[in-house]
Amino acid sequence: MEARILEERKQSIMVKDFCCSGDGKSITCEKESVSGAVSQRACVYCGARVVLNPITDAYHIVHGPIGCASYTWDIRGSLSSGSDLYRNSFSTDLRERDVIFGGEKRLTAAIDEIVANHSPKLIFVYATCIVGVIGDDIEAVCKQATEKYNICVVPVKAPGFSGTKTLGYKMACDALMQVIKPHAKPEQPKKGINILGDFNLAGEMWIIKNYFKKIGVDVISTITGDASYDTLIKASTAELNIVQCAGSSTYLANRMEDELAIPFLKVSFFGVEDTTNSLMRVAYAIGDAEVIRKAEAFTEVESAKLQEFLTKYRRNLLGKKAAIYVGGGFKAISLIRQFNEMGIETVVVGTQTGKQEDYAVIQSLVNEHTVILDDANPAELETFMKEKGADILVGGVKERPLAYKLGIAFCDHNHERKHALAGYEGVVNFTKEINLTINSPVWQLL
Amino acid sequence: MLDLTPKEIIERKGLRINPCKTCQPVGAVYAALGVHKCMPHSHGSQGCVSFHRMFLSRHFKEPAIASTSSFTEGTSVFGGGSNVKTAVKNVFDIYNPDIIAIHTTCLSETIGDDLNTYIQQMEIPEGKIVVHSNTPSYAGSHISGYFNMMSGFIKYLAKNTGEDNGKIGIFPGFTNPGDMREMKKIAKLLGADFTMFPDTSGVMDAPMTGNYEMYPKGGTTIPEIIGLGDCKKVLALGELTSMEPAMELKRKCEVDFDCLPLPIGIEATDAYVTALSHFAKTEVPYALEEERGQLVDIMLDSHAYYDKKTVAIYGDPDTVLGITSFVLEMGMIPKYVLTGTPNEKFTKKANALFEKFGVTDCKAKASGDLFELHQWIKNEPVDLLIGSSYGKQIAKAEDIPFVRAGFPVLDRYVHSYMPIVGYKGAIRLVELISNALMDRQDRDCADEDMELVM
Repeated sequence: MEARILEERKQSIMVKDFCCSGDGKSITCEKESVSGAVSQRACVYCGARVVLNPITDAYHIVHGPIGCASYTWDIRGSLSSGSDLYRNSFSTDLRERDVIFGGEKRLTAAIDEIVANHSPKLIFVYATCIVGVIGDDIEAVCKQATEKYNICVVPVKAPGFSGTKTLGYKMACDALMQVIKPHAKPEQPKKGINILGDFNLAGEMWIIKNYFKKIGVDVISTITGDASYDTLIKASTAELNIVQCAGSSTYLANRMEDELAIPFLKVSFFGVEDTTNSLMRVAYAIGDAEVIRKAEAFTEVESAKLQEFLTKYRRNLLGKKAAIYVGGGFKAISLIRQFNEMGIETVVVGTQTGKQEDYAVIQSLVNEHTVILDDANPAELETFMKEKGADILVGGVKERPLAYKLGIAFCDHNHERKHALAGYEGVVNFTKEINLTINSPVWQLL
Repeated sequence: MLDLTPKEIIERKGLRINPCKTCQPVGAVYAALGVHKCMPHSHGSQGCVSFHRMFLSRHFKEPAIASTSSFTEGTSVFGGGSNVKTAVKNVFDIYNPDIIAIHTTCLSETIGDDLNTYIQQMEIPEGKIVVHSNTPSYAGSHISGYFNMMSGFIKYLAKNTGEDNGKIGIFPGFTNPGDMREMKKIAKLLGADFTMFPDTSGVMDAPMTGNYEMYPKGGTTIPEIIGLGDCKKVLALGELTSMEPAMELKRKCEVDFDCLPLPIGIEATDAYVTALSHFAKTEVPYALEEERGQLVDIMLDSHAYYDKKTVAIYGDPDTVLGITSFVLEMGMIPKYVLTGTPNEKFTKKANALFEKFGVTDCKAKASGDLFELHQWIKNEPVDLLIGSSYGKQIAKAEDIPFVRAGFPVLDRYVHSYMPIVGYKGAIRLVELISNALMDRQDRDCADEDMELVM
């Protein structure tokens, strides 16, 4: 194992209560990938794009050569109850000439063409690597278009090289504030909640929204799953923000707290325990006695329903071993809890963008000798999954073929998830999917 | 979902909507994956390579490796020299490839990084090789990235020793491993001694072994690439993809080449078979004659179901031209053929095909996009759509039968294992096309018209 790990990477790998390197207590994270690494990680632009993409009626113009637009075209399974606009790819497809003479003209033309042929309310303009270097002033172009057409044209300055994917999340949050903030009125009455950091993958936002409806809490704005311009601009009227994907949206929650006086709670709707806790915490935070009573009753009924189900499936799953490699720390934490509920031990866990405090929680949840990694590469994942005898890997698109080549089952908990994995319904779907794949007859053929 | 696509076509100067191409670097990665024990390396931001690996994984359902220089803010000011040197050292240390194939990106090209110099300054371990090619994302498309990377390998490696090795070089174009296997099968049947370059079979369709092989068994070997310089001849398949590297080899090593279309359909496969049989001085074996006969037999049996049907074909230039030529042989009308890759030769070649088969009212376009194709279809519909997965929304919106072929196919399995080239590939295309049309007939017909025997 030692021979396959880069020296620079050793600080980003630890084994619980066993010093692989460094002091064993802290892990090196939130850094750019090592040059030469086959990193599983994306860039600033990607971070910004995936957060904003689910806004269904926005025109997302990618300002740069075609690649950045084509690789992010309709790749995220965020569902819409309204417009399908966001599933198209708009870009300026910059050519050599534009790189030499500047791309501002082409960008202006692109915005003009959208306005001339459609009636946009909201346009995001993403600056990619090259735009950062050739010095196009996209802020000026957006400002000009905003004034000329009286619509919301928001620059997202996300050149890929300017940091990690996490910085892209921040850029997206800043862009969202540009949409939300101008509509805030001082002294306005505040009621209901905004749901931040859920992207309505496989309709998960709808499941969560439905829970709040059942317990009597109004949902004002969903950010960004199934969002639209008209709902986004109401976000400032909420009395509470709840944050599901902490990695991408905590920064927005912080800004909304500071600038719009909306406090926030970090929540997770993955697994029975986390779903129930999250609903109860929201009820206690803003609900009256009636809401609390409803929430108690609802979570009790739903949890009870699942006990029998989980007991049945636990028999199939007990003693299996899981490896987790996901984007954010918060999701990793929820997954470890869910696997614990199923009787599955997590033996390897890694994230692309986890923070120091996430890794501390992860450490507290896993058994001794579990391997914990930040920004892992395929060689490391392979080494540790084999060494620890993982039966299943939970990850994203780049990890799927790796797992299959190793003869390890796989579940996509990222953009390509096949079923809703959030809420109580998500527990059923997730457990069934894990059971189906881990116990598939295909593994007998190896 | 494509409700926004208006029927009225207005010329666009700034906006690209729903592209039919992607950028050079992903093509460069794919070419490099077709070299044995090669690590493709992206000299740019870490995001690029993550996108390329994801894109290729989604098409091939296989791991696709590539490393990155991982540019930072500082790199883009001071240049990527130190990043790429560190990267190369790290890649050899940890991943131990025989060769690293560096391609540039829009970022490294714009800041003016000079890879020639960087590579000269690198400490490359004994027996290891580093090559590079310039693939700025703002020029060409993934197709030019593919052939530029091929030219890069040739520039660095191919050698003319003055003594020919009796081989023929086969440049397979931007095709699937299944296609490359079929082209190799034909060459073997004809007894030709050949080098296919690049060759992603055995890499991007590697079998399950229970181990993750970073470098699977397949791929053109380094000695084979060096030996291209001693080949008697090269067959460059797909002029718009394979001619550039063939010219590079001619310039460097004086190896003559013949440009042929991708062997899709009868005539193009005949040309491929004939060229190889001339080269090898062998008779066409019965096995191939039999396949050709079967193909013609199948076309006789089934022609009534597709004859004179109109079809829209989009995707990569040589693939689209190949499929266009074959559907014309089948008696269909390729009403719209479109590629996103900028190259006016495409339009000329497509128009020449229309003329040759005497079809009128057909339209060809290079540098197009799928939004425009959709608009054409809205104005005058077609009976069938053939192309990458990106057309599925158009197929659904306009309720048109749909055959997936080319790159990328993101929403189906097995496709990359199955050829569309050669007689066997043509048989498969006939099956795909006729099934799509006949399934539609079954779906749409009145109950009393439902036929058991078709």
